[in-house]
Amino acid sequence: MQRRGDAVTLLSENKIQYLVGGKEINILPTEIFSDQIGSFLDDLSRTLRESAAAQSYSDIQAFAFWIRKSNFYQLKERMDKRYQRIGRGLVFHIAPSNVPINFAYSLVFGMISGNVNIVRVSSKSFAQVDIVCQHISQLLQEKYKALQKNIIILKYEADKEITDYYSSICHARVIWGGDNTIRQIRKSPLMPRAVEINFADRFSFAIIDPEAVLQLDSTRLGNLALNFYNDTYLMDQNACTAPHVLFWKKSTNIKEASARFWQAVYTIVKEKYLLEGIKTSDKFTELYKYLARYPIENLKKYDNYIYVITLNHIDDTLESCRGKYGLFYEMELQSYDDIACKINEKVQTCAYFGIDRQEIVGFIFKQHLTGIDRIVPIGKTLDIDLVWDGYDIVGNLSRIIG
Amino acid sequence: MLTFAEILQIPPYSLKKKEKESLLTQQLLVLTQHHLTHCPEYKNILQGIQFKSDKVSRIDDIPFIPVRLFKDFDLRSIPSEEIIKTMTSSGTTQQTVAKIYLDKETAANQQKTLIKIVSAYIGKERLPMLIIDTPAVVSNRSLFSARGAGILGFLMFASDKKYMFDDEMNVDYEGVQAFLEKHQGKSILLFGFTFMIWQYLKDVQLNIPKGILIHGGGWKKLAEKAVTSTIFKHALKKNLGLSEVYDYYGMVEQTGCIYMECEKGRFHCSIFSDVIIRKHTDFSVCDVNEKGIIQVLSILPKSYPGHSILTEDEGVLLGEDDCSCGRLGKYFSVVGRLKNAEARGCSDTFERK
Repeated sequence: MQRRGDAVTLLSENKIQYLVGGKEINILPTEIFSDQIGSFLDDLSRTLRESAAAQSYSDIQAFAFWIRKSNFYQLKERMDKRYQRIGRGLVFHIAPSNVPINFAYSLVFGMISGNVNIVRVSSKSFAQVDIVCQHISQLLQEKYKALQKNIIILKYEADKEITDYYSSICHARVIWGGDNTIRQIRKSPLMPRAVEINFADRFSFAIIDPEAVLQLDSTRLGNLALNFYNDTYLMDQNACTAPHVLFWKKSTNIKEASARFWQAVYTIVKEKYLLEGIKTSDKFTELYKYLARYPIENLKKYDNYIYVITLNHIDDTLESCRGKYGLFYEMELQSYDDIACKINEKVQTCAYFGIDRQEIVGFIFKQHLTGIDRIVPIGKTLDIDLVWDGYDIVGNLSRIIG
Repeated sequence: MLTFAEILQIPPYSLKKKEKESLLTQQLLVLTQHHLTHCPEYKNILQGIQFKSDKVSRIDDIPFIPVRLFKDFDLRSIPSEEIIKTMTSSGTTQQTVAKIYLDKETAANQQKTLIKIVSAYIGKERLPMLIIDTPAVVSNRSLFSARGAGILGFLMFASDKKYMFDDEMNVDYEGVQAFLEKHQGKSILLFGFTFMIWQYLKDVQLNIPKGILIHGGGWKKLAEKAVTSTIFKHALKKNLGLSEVYDYYGMVEQTGCIYMECEKGRFHCSIFSDVIIRKHTDFSVCDVNEKGIIQVLSILPKSYPGHSILTEDEGVLLGEDDCSCGRLGKYFSVVGRLKNAEARGCSDTFERK
């Protein structure tokens, strides 16, 4: 393997399509959060925000906003200054096939951590991918020629030889995908000291205090409902961070609080959500699939905008209670310990309202749980961070010089 | 309450709204109870939605289940020893297929109903029949796909039969010509699946002046190619010289009681079935000429809980009892499949609304 300049010829080289960069890569790691990278990202942020084509994509805009200078330096501030860190070298990223903009976040994680990056995007065609790649290429060409051999974005149809090759030369591999994708890619070996970060299938839930809901005035109730809507309906409940099950803390007023809560959510959903025929059909099918298998305590329907299944126990795993397009499950929580056995490594986010966050942290330690990577207020589940899925991303993608 | 045999004696398009609704509601309620008692998944569902039979006063109060459930579960109200036939959907995508379990009674009733309905269009005499398919499609007898089942079902109308294609899907011109000569002067019945006909026959020239074509199924594939019903009919009448072309709307989940297209181009509900068009926002019943999701009801499914199903098709009710073709009952049009939503996936950020 050549470290700089020369390309290694693969047998299936012609199966690779390059969107940014080409065959040559310079594996030259740098310090984390370097000013040069900060400057590049800020320029990219600006050009994306100013581009007419990019402006119509809210996901590109959100990404552009996140990589701006002030956020970059804010994130840098959080790093532990005791250690001097340098990138591991080359990071090989496999972006998910269902979220167009994710590849860009992954690339930025790698860059911030001081690495050189090869990002494989989905073979599916996405405007967001094309637009962002065009801007990156242009910026590299116009102002950051020195970084041209540091960023490669490519696509290829499933090909073990190619995946084997990149896996064998990288110092870190980041996979975004379902459990099956991860299993498949894991068949391509890594170097002994290379690290893996795998973002697998996840599931999220929420805990709410009924008393806190009952105490809200109508404005604050509306805010809570909007926050919940943003956590869930915005991505049709497909985000791994979206809460599907709501646990109501033990109280005699749960019925009232629940009714109040869902009515407020219904108001928001009816106003903002585009409910198409196919979504109703899908949701209706999911509901009846659950009803066919498991007994339930109650079913509440707010037209076809919201279906809420009330359970008094969960027969199967927590993930069997997964909804889409507005199908939720709720249950009274006698005590945290009751659901301890249901929390496994698939569980990612616990969204809360009216609860002291430390209580939940305490629960995780007390019950020795292998799940729950983040505890955030309802409304904040989609906020991306450099600590994700339980990984300190920069920490993992860089190494400490001791 | 009328028995099925008695209902078979009633001319299939002769009941007006009030009478038909009363008959169907009664029959469907009995079926609902029947499936509630014999099918565990159906029972769970009805318990989950808190169904109370005394709350049913009209036909739209009959509960309905999503069509996809037949793919995910083995829904049946008979013990497995009584299954004589399992029908499967043809599967337009690579997903799992629907399984429909038939016992002797339901299978026989489906056949009898089909005869009643089709004879109302082509007359009671059997006709020489050209099957627009290959003989290979019916070779597997124990597991019927919708295509094989449809053809076997329609063979009941044949006095003589000829498959138009050989095993390689090439038109057997010689065989077809010989068949037409043999039955010169007679009406010829042609039957096949819509997408098959379009794919293999649209450029073929033949002259079948007394040909009556009945076709159905496969509209989703044609819709992808922007081929409408009008284009289809026109091409076939031109290329094959046909005098009559009838489409039908049907599904493997409710075979037998197909919805035949009348001379005015509308799908008709026979006395064995009905449709309700529902708004996707709250499942309330749509007005005439208002698009919605099609719910199909049928008094035939006894061995499986398929008597009231919400399809994934969009349709419009055009009227009831007053179609200019003269048939009584509801008549409607099918717009197509519900558009596939682009499901958004797991992302880490999105703009807040």
